[in-house]
Amino acid sequence: MTRRYSIFALVRNALSYHENWPQVWRSPEPRPEYDVIIVGGGGHGLATAYYLAKEHGITNVAVIERGWLGGGNTGRNTTIVRSNYLWDESAALYEHALKLWEGLSRELNFNVMFSQRGVLNLAHNQHDLRELHRRINANRLNGIDSEFLTPRQIQAMVPIMDLRGNGRYPVLGASLQRRGGTARHDAVAWGYARQADARGVDIIQECPVTGFRITNGRIEGVETGKGFIRAKKVGVVVAGHASVLANMAGFRLPITSLPLQALVSEPVKPVIDTVVMSGAVHAYVSQSDKGELVIGAGVDKYVGYGQRGSLPVTEETLAAVCELFPLFRRMRMMRQWGGIVDTCPDASPIISRTPVENLFFNCGWGTGGFKATPGSGWVFAYTIARGEPHPLNAAFSLDRFRTGYLIDEHGAAAVAH
Amino acid sequence: MLLIPCPYCGPRSETEFSYGNQAHIARPEDPDALSDGDWAAYVFLRDNTKGVYLERWVHSHGCRRWFNVARHTVSYEILAVYEVGTPPPDIELKTEI
Repeated sequence: MTRRYSIFALVRNALSYHENWPQVWRSPEPRPEYDVIIVGGGGHGLATAYYLAKEHGITNVAVIERGWLGGGNTGRNTTIVRSNYLWDESAALYEHALKLWEGLSRELNFNVMFSQRGVLNLAHNQHDLRELHRRINANRLNGIDSEFLTPRQIQAMVPIMDLRGNGRYPVLGASLQRRGGTARHDAVAWGYARQADARGVDIIQECPVTGFRITNGRIEGVETGKGFIRAKKVGVVVAGHASVLANMAGFRLPITSLPLQALVSEPVKPVIDTVVMSGAVHAYVSQSDKGELVIGAGVDKYVGYGQRGSLPVTEETLAAVCELFPLFRRMRMMRQWGGIVDTCPDASPIISRTPVENLFFNCGWGTGGFKATPGSGWVFAYTIARGEPHPLNAAFSLDRFRTGYLIDEHGAAAVAH
Repeated sequence: MLLIPCPYCGPRSETEFSYGNQAHIARPEDPDALSDGDWAAYVFLRDNTKGVYLERWVHSHGCRRWFNVARHTVSYEILAVYEVGTPPPDIELKTEI
């Protein structure tokens, strides 16, 4: 039984020098059979397991992770949360996620540090500006808060931005989603893991999946580093490795795996209390509670599974950041890393049945999966439990590449992917 | 940063090149006979290999010629460079999981 976290628990444990906190989740050996196996112990996979247990009463579930929880893209992203997507299908999906974010700390009894500090998306030229207005109007028609800021209003909100207009990237305006913001990425994985475990889900780390056992087009189970585990249904949520797992199951995906990189600076006093994104120049900036600038860059242009990212991309992003925020020119970067993102041709995810019966894939989130974590888990749990998609993710099927019903969020989704 | 050995200009920095993803995807001979699923496979589905990948590059800021590269997508080691229209060299196409 997981003990509730509260101020009283904190005081009680303080009296024993914090030496008696119970383990947050178990580390069981896998059972021979489960109702559902989720492959991938990142935020999306753990959220899926949690909602399977909570919303659908399916608790005979295992989450299998090759490394450690949240060690992939969950721990490598720039933690931005927003829902200002252009198309109706995406807006509904990401807004559903944002609404779950708004109650998540309370629901999980775990502080995910969701901070609705607002997200600004900048326009640098007339075309950007027109697209920005189009998206703001589309958002508002879908009931998503979105407003336009003039350079003068931006100046009031972000005084350190260079708005003189004579630089390389003049700022002509911005969209603002006040309900957007950031969250603590590790806490999201840990919070979901803790509550999933409390409901009986087995979380099995350091257990790579090496193959699938498929008979007559139907999934029987997964081959793993800890032997064969039988399962009635299998859900795969492995981001950059989606194609690798699909190849094991005998089909291909329309996915390109690219390293997306991010950097953090040395910690400084608070200078920016919102999130500034500029899709056109591939630079996203926010400041963490520790004072570090968290900077998101673009993707490499070629397929890569090395979690590093290419230097020209770093250079381009930092050049843009220095141009927009001249104050940062003498700041030093402390760390740089890459995460392998699964980009789709239409920059929208695939949450879908597959050619193999009872095998489901949730992938293709590309550069923007973190913000969707609760919503992604919620609809994927529904899809696995019912064997068919929820209306929110029906359009995000693998079949859309055959029918041509693409959800083209390239550029439309406020960032140039 | 990759140093890509263009077969026509010699080794140059990756910033001079553009990427064309998977090589050896032949345009369908009889497009009219293709089903929607065949079209989807031709246009969208890629191997996206973790391991040795046969891919196309173009020297955009140099000779502007296309060529094929065999590159390991984890170590990024370039194992072979060969002309468009020629079969891949005899190297082991290792993959990882």
